[in-house]
Amino acid sequence: MYPANFDYVRPSTVEEAVRLLAKHGDDAKLLAGGHSLIPAMKLRLARPKVVVDIGRIAHLSYIREAGGAIAIGAMTTHADVQASKTLRDKSPLLAETASHIGDVQVRNKGTIGGSLVHADPAADYPASILALDAEIDVVGPRGTRTIKAVDFFVDLLQTAVAADEIVTEIRVPATAKTVAYVKTEQKASGFALAGAAVVIGPNGVRVGITGVAAKAYRAAGVEKALAGQKLTPDLIARASAQASAGVDPLGDIHASPSFRAHLAQVNTRRALEQAVRRS
Amino acid sequence: MPVHVHVNVNQSDQHHDVEPRLLLVHYLRDVCGLTGTHVGCETSLCGSCTVLVDGKAVKSCTMFAVQADGSAVTTVEGLAKDGQLHPVQQGFWECHGLQCGFCTPGMMMASVALLAQTAKPSREQITEGLRGNLCRCTGYSHIIDAVNHAAAHGGVRLQPDSAQGVARG
Ligand SMILES: Cc1cc2nc3c(=O)[nH]c(=O)nc-3n(C[C@H](O)[C@H](O)[C@H](O)COP(=O)(O)OP(=O)(O)OC[C@H]3O[C@@H](n4cnc5c(N)ncnc54)[C@H](O)[C@@H]3O)c2cc1C
Ligand code: FES
Ligand code: FES
Repeated sequence: MYPANFDYVRPSTVEEAVRLLAKHGDDAKLLAGGHSLIPAMKLRLARPKVVVDIGRIAHLSYIREAGGAIAIGAMTTHADVQASKTLRDKSPLLAETASHIGDVQVRNKGTIGGSLVHADPAADYPASILALDAEIDVVGPRGTRTIKAVDFFVDLLQTAVAADEIVTEIRVPATAKTVAYVKTEQKASGFALAGAAVVIGPNGVRVGITGVAAKAYRAAGVEKALAGQKLTPDLIARASAQASAGVDPLGDIHASPSFRAHLAQVNTRRALEQAVRRS
Repeated sequence: MPVHVHVNVNQSDQHHDVEPRLLLVHYLRDVCGLTGTHVGCETSLCGSCTVLVDGKAVKSCTMFAVQADGSAVTTVEGLAKDGQLHPVQQGFWECHGLQCGFCTPGMMMASVALLAQTAKPSREQITEGLRGNLCRCTGYSHIIDAVNHAAAHGGVRLQPDSAQGVARG
């Protein structure tokens, strides 16, 4: 399986990459870990004329504390997120989520920036990015801007990042240990049939759901039912029933819409129970 | 337009002009002549194409050769030294870790990477470490035994310098 021919460029700075995207317009595609783009190019679902490899731009792979937040460079691999002591100590949800992605080899190449921008409806990070209320920095010809997680995912494989912009950094708040990600996976690929990410914080509970709808979403009904309440098993069970309320679940050969909706509720309940146990 | 790549493959410097769309697995097999690395699914699922790039296990069917420019690649051919099998190869030999052998090069490369990180893995850790590698023959049990055997017999050893790329510039 060969992708169509393309020209290859490897900028060494973000500025150079932005210039290349501006110059080549729709003909160009960024290459990060390649673990979504290369499969798509092999199937000729993607046929960029110019591939801009951002894999060698210095200082795009890091995890560090910045104020009350933890900043993660866009080119940080899933393996590095999974192994990060800073994240495990200060904001463990993303590290836990990364450990669920694919397999060792996939985690060694795939990057957090690539996963978010690809916006696969069954990807794992989106649920946690939403539950953490993360911020995403993008750089483009019009300068730098910050996108809130709730505004990031727009539709199936679509985000608020413009074609000429590059994600450079993801920031997540420090959290307590009361977080969890619970997923039912599609056995062959490891992708999520339904995944629920939960953050229980001093100001309430946030729940992100992936795999179920065309884009990952915040389970507003669940969050509302839990607001200001003591998280008893009974309340958790009742609230979790709202996990797929108001969404249009996807169906395919792996899972019907009603099964996905059911899994969203079950995994939300399990994630909440898990997070409570960690307190 | 062809692009020049300089890759250190099994401690040997390779210089070639390649099409950017050339996958690393085809570069290794067809350009370098190292056919130990197998192509199975071509869709990043089976792991038979697993090699080490700068010491990390990757699926070489899902990476372009141009991305490996400046890196050190270790394939199954790079494991044995001076006619002596690598502990992981020895483990597969001793524990009957293969039948048809198709998955074996990828299994061994993933095992080498696993042992470099976790010197004495539990059976669960081995299962997790080899999750990206499929075997249609063995039922996995003997493969896990093989990795255990290697761990008990110096399997941690990576080839010297195999985690270092060539000078970039
Ligand atoms: C076998 C297999 C199993 C997998 N299993 C899972 C799983 O269980 N869960 C899961 O979540 N994912 C899974 N994945 C997907 C994997 O996580 C990918 O790595 C990820 O989706 C894409 O990241 P990447 O760095 O490889 O991006 P690439 O493939 O390089 O790029 C993806 C897209 O994002 C764009 N892009 C990349 N980086 C940036 C950036 N910084 N700014 C702007 N645009 C950018 C590219 O132009 C491209 O359109 C799997 C993949 C494979 C091959
Ligand atoms: S051939 Fe690369 S994973 Fe199957
Ligand atoms: S030994 Fe035949 S596929 Fe593993």
